[in-house]
Amino acid sequence: MFNRILIANRGEIALRIIRACRQMGIETVAVFSEGDRGNAYLDLADEAICIGPAKSAQSYLKIDQIISAAEVGNVEAIHPGYGFLAENSHFNEVCRSCKIDFIGPTPEAMDLLGDKNRARDIARKAKVPVVPGSDGLLSDEDEALKVAHDIGFPVLVKATAGGGGKGMRVAANDLVLKTAIQQAQSEAKAAFGNDGVYLEKYVERPRHVEVQVLADLHGNVVHLWERECSTQRRHQKLIEESPAPNLPQETREAMCKAAVRLIKSVDYTNAGTVEFIVDQENNFYFIEVNARIQVEHPVSEMVTGIDLIRAQISIAAGEPLPFTQSDIVQRGAAIECRINAEDPDRNFQPCPGLIKNMFTPGGMGVRFESHVYPGYVVPPHYDSMIGKLIVHQPTRSEAIACMLRALDELRIEGIKTTVPFHKKVLQHSEFVEGWVDTTFVERVILTK
Amino acid sequence: MAESESESGAGVFDESRFLRIVELMKEHDLAEVDLRDAEQRICIKRGGMAPSMGGQMAGFMPPAYMQPPPAAPPAAAPTAAPSAPADADDSNVVLIKSPMVGTFYTKPNPKAASYVKVGDHVEPETTICIIEAMKVFNEIPAEISGKVVAILVGDEEPVEFGKPLFKIDTTG
Repeated sequence: MFNRILIANRGEIALRIIRACRQMGIETVAVFSEGDRGNAYLDLADEAICIGPAKSAQSYLKIDQIISAAEVGNVEAIHPGYGFLAENSHFNEVCRSCKIDFIGPTPEAMDLLGDKNRARDIARKAKVPVVPGSDGLLSDEDEALKVAHDIGFPVLVKATAGGGGKGMRVAANDLVLKTAIQQAQSEAKAAFGNDGVYLEKYVERPRHVEVQVLADLHGNVVHLWERECSTQRRHQKLIEESPAPNLPQETREAMCKAAVRLIKSVDYTNAGTVEFIVDQENNFYFIEVNARIQVEHPVSEMVTGIDLIRAQISIAAGEPLPFTQSDIVQRGAAIECRINAEDPDRNFQPCPGLIKNMFTPGGMGVRFESHVYPGYVVPPHYDSMIGKLIVHQPTRSEAIACMLRALDELRIEGIKTTVPFHKKVLQHSEFVEGWVDTTFVERVILTK
Repeated sequence: MAESESESGAGVFDESRFLRIVELMKEHDLAEVDLRDAEQRICIKRGGMAPSMGGQMAGFMPPAYMQPPPAAPPAAAPTAAPSAPADADDSNVVLIKSPMVGTFYTKPNPKAASYVKVGDHVEPETTICIIEAMKVFNEIPAEISGKVVAILVGDEEPVEFGKPLFKIDTTG
């Protein structure tokens, strides 16, 4: 087991990892930018090292500063959290070449799955259904037209190097297809430096359902069942839950088995998430793999009782998984609401600033994951998420009631947050009945 | 030295009293005495200060009203001195802070002399230290002109971004 780990991240996830390490008796080295100096959670680490000015590009994204801090801090491994360098295979490689373990998959596995077009090929080979689409990157417009007619309009033009919803365009017919391709290409070139695009059938009102997997270094791969993440705005998840409501059991099982098959086929290790879209007929199609721990991991932790961060660290230290697939059961229902420092009444405009006062919710089955406290100043330099509110109850309707109760108790004064938005969603009949898809928020909640 | 207001011999400016103060200063090795008596004040400084005091004694000594100076305050003054140089030149003393995370070295190699020592003058291109990060030895330039007033980090000490390394007096 490791003696000392560096957490190459900040805020909520850094605190989460520090907590797991403390419980395991592992010493921690935290890094922070000038923008995070004085943050209370840093005191929980054994050592905290300043790595640069507030801007992420000069601190949390600076590989040399982080590696240097790892050497100065004398650590054996680095946990990258999510975002920042978590899916940067170059950083992964640099860590390992400096004899520092990277708590995540190998750089090769990361690269293989990071290219979305290649990931589709891998899925096909592993007999995992993919969204009907082009066989590789589009070489020209004629090919695009042919594929579009084969699979049927509407189609989605997607960037192979894409992420976060960028480099995607919908085309409903021949006339707009050419423009859609050009727009997607320029956006992709600007955002990712790679204008390679491919075509997929555009699934109307899709559900976003993902499967959590864990794979150790001894060939054992398990899934921790699925998470429903359809409540999104601009491709950013807002509410996640497990199990996915109104999903037939055989679909659930087939999807989870497919995820494991895919992961095994590329020798992927540590934690990962296989994303699918589910159409209105409950057909599921592979989209991509997220080769990291995700924001919404607590939802899976609550229903399975498995500490995912702890599992990540143990796997990286070479320990075999202490459970088999049959040990992993979904119990009850869990929901997570991402609490962002944003004003839902002003188009979710970010609201950095001083948190004057705060009251955090509690009670049975309530978990609040946050690094903020009264007196904390939400900085403008990073993403707006200031906490995650998670509940776990025996049934989904009890979980909704519990979440509404907990959202009512959560008081954050001094800044605006998305709490009122979450309350609105959780009381809406479509959500209550479990019929959400990725168009739900924009179609129903925001049009009012 | 202020002019005496009266010839009467009373007050801080009495000559015999003044000579007695000087004697006491020599006897007890005091460098400075600052006397106040209502509207009158006299401040006497003795020359030949120990250079390690930074050429200046703390002006913080409380007025000594012709009492045998207690042993503590004079002894306390020299130890307070290391921070004293800041008081007179505060606005001109600048901190050089670390631009990176790494290990701080005062010399180019273990056998060589330090790049700089206290009292040295530096120019913007003067190398003042090395910070080693990921096996790369980065020579750090001063980037300002001035006199080295203090070196705040020890040889081979780990440093983080923003850690103060040197105090430079830009008037020096």
